[in-house]
Amino acid sequence: MNEIPGYTEKSSRRDFLNYVLSIGFFGWIVAILYPLYSYLVPPKSPDVDVSNISIGKASEIENNSSKMFKMGNKPGILIKTKEGELRAFSATCTHLDCTVQFNKEENLIWCACHNGKYDLNGKNISGPPPSPLTPFNINVQKDEIYILK
Amino acid sequence: MGKNSVNRKVYGWLDERFKLDDLINFMKKKEVPLYRGTIWYYFGGITLLLFIIQVVTGMLLLLYYKGSSELAFESVRFISAKVKFGWLIRSIHSWSANLMVLSAFIHMFSVFFTKAYKKPRELTWYSGFLLLVLAMGFGFTGYLLPWNELSLFATKVGTDIPKTIPLVGGFIMNLLRGGEEVSGSTLSRFFGFHVALLPGIFTVILALHLVLIQRQGMAAPENWDELPESRKKKIPFFPNFLLRDLLIWLIIINVLSVLAVFFPWDLGTKADELAPAPAGIKPEWYFLFMFQTLKIIPAKLFVIDGEVFGVMLFSIAGLLWFLVPLMDRKTKSGEKSYWLIYSGIFVIIYIIVFTIVGFIAK
Ligand code: HEM
Ligand code: FES
Repeated sequence: MNEIPGYTEKSSRRDFLNYVLSIGFFGWIVAILYPLYSYLVPPKSPDVDVSNISIGKASEIENNSSKMFKMGNKPGILIKTKEGELRAFSATCTHLDCTVQFNKEENLIWCACHNGKYDLNGKNISGPPPSPLTPFNINVQKDEIYILK
Repeated sequence: MGKNSVNRKVYGWLDERFKLDDLINFMKKKEVPLYRGTIWYYFGGITLLLFIIQVVTGMLLLLYYKGSSELAFESVRFISAKVKFGWLIRSIHSWSANLMVLSAFIHMFSVFFTKAYKKPRELTWYSGFLLLVLAMGFGFTGYLLPWNELSLFATKVGTDIPKTIPLVGGFIMNLLRGGEEVSGSTLSRFFGFHVALLPGIFTVILALHLVLIQRQGMAAPENWDELPESRKKKIPFFPNFLLRDLLIWLIIINVLSVLAVFFPWDLGTKADELAPAPAGIKPEWYFLFMFQTLKIIPAKLFVIDGEVFGVMLFSIAGLLWFLVPLMDRKTKSGEKSYWLIYSGIFVIIYIIVFTIVGFIAK
């Protein structure tokens, strides 16, 4: 086969052009997708990283009952046991995020969504929840209950 | 000038511009096989009707609905209580949504069992599958819009599930929720999905689905090829089948009206982000079989989380179902692929049983 003069040179020039254009095209795609992607990701809310809140008077809560409170933007649950002991946990079920409640009759913490159960130490004891509820520390000063993270 | 000649004039005017004659000849040539299974051919059309009803009633709801966590519940209550016939529009939108998903399911299974997905109709199956997924997306996002207690927790659970996907799970959850938690931002997002994003995508895929059907004609039943020409009963799509379609539409509209009027849709109590999940939390019925499955899978299965296992199970099952046209290979070499039929029957029984169990479980 006869060499076509200038053929290789031309094709390499074309390759080069293709190369530059591909990079340009790729850059163009990124320039469109990146802002779109960033727009879709919600900005972090300027939290509300509360670590110490007051939620009411200890004497006003009956034995064997509970009270919901808000810790930042997440729900928490305070329980006063039959013996009058105070306990506080994050009320967000470790299974799929529902909010748990105190079940007086069975003396445990119950999640209605998939019948998950925790004992009064927050330990998951039956149903789908994979891990215990996060406990909060409680500090009672002059009858006022403070929840600490 | 007689009425007929006016009609002819109008027709002539349109024909010159749209070339109606060609179109009508095309539709007349398309034929619908008439046999025991003909009734299943109506469900696609029923789904279409119900979608049109959703678009119309949805646009009407938009005139009063307000998509924010402070106003959503109140605005839906306003629609139900104050706006004349507002309760009816809302009730129709809710009932028709459920009937639409139901009829899409029936349609899909009828296509499955008549094997109408086979070459050259693979793309029709794929697009139909996507339409069903989108319809469920409509239902899922719409469910949150009244911002009541039930919908808040159903959405919490539903949007938490993607978190089990490795690597990208947390990102997807954030994208859906518009933040870490289900909140007012989630409502705004779902509102956008429900009334803009989903209708847009749905309409494009629906157009594709319908074009494919018109171009390819109706699939004949499997044994059709062996029948002598005289035993193959057919009717033209236009006008015969279309008229039957319209008759069925009339019946469906009546059924829908009876349901919407006599069983008006509930509003429930306003969502409270602090309140515990009420007992009896359930998603819409078409998610129940998955919900119920997740409920019975134990927290830990061998080494993986029950949750992850369940999600994997349904993802794989969904993918396989999507790829059905590729799996139906055996029929080409002559013998029937019974295993596929049996799996289909299993899937139906599974869905029905778990839906019922989900309903009666407390
Ligand atoms: C373009 C189409 C649509 C528009 C503009 C639209 C609009 C709306 C609006 C404004 C609401 C809130 C009012 C309310 O909750 O009563 C709503 C609710 C809802 N939508 Fe749609 N929608 C459309 C299509 C669909 C489709 C195709 C489905 C289902 C397959 C659907 C299912 C629902 C459901 C289940 C609700 C909740 C009803 C309730 O509890 O009140 N929507 N829609
Ligand atoms: S979310 Fe609590 S048990 Fe599932």
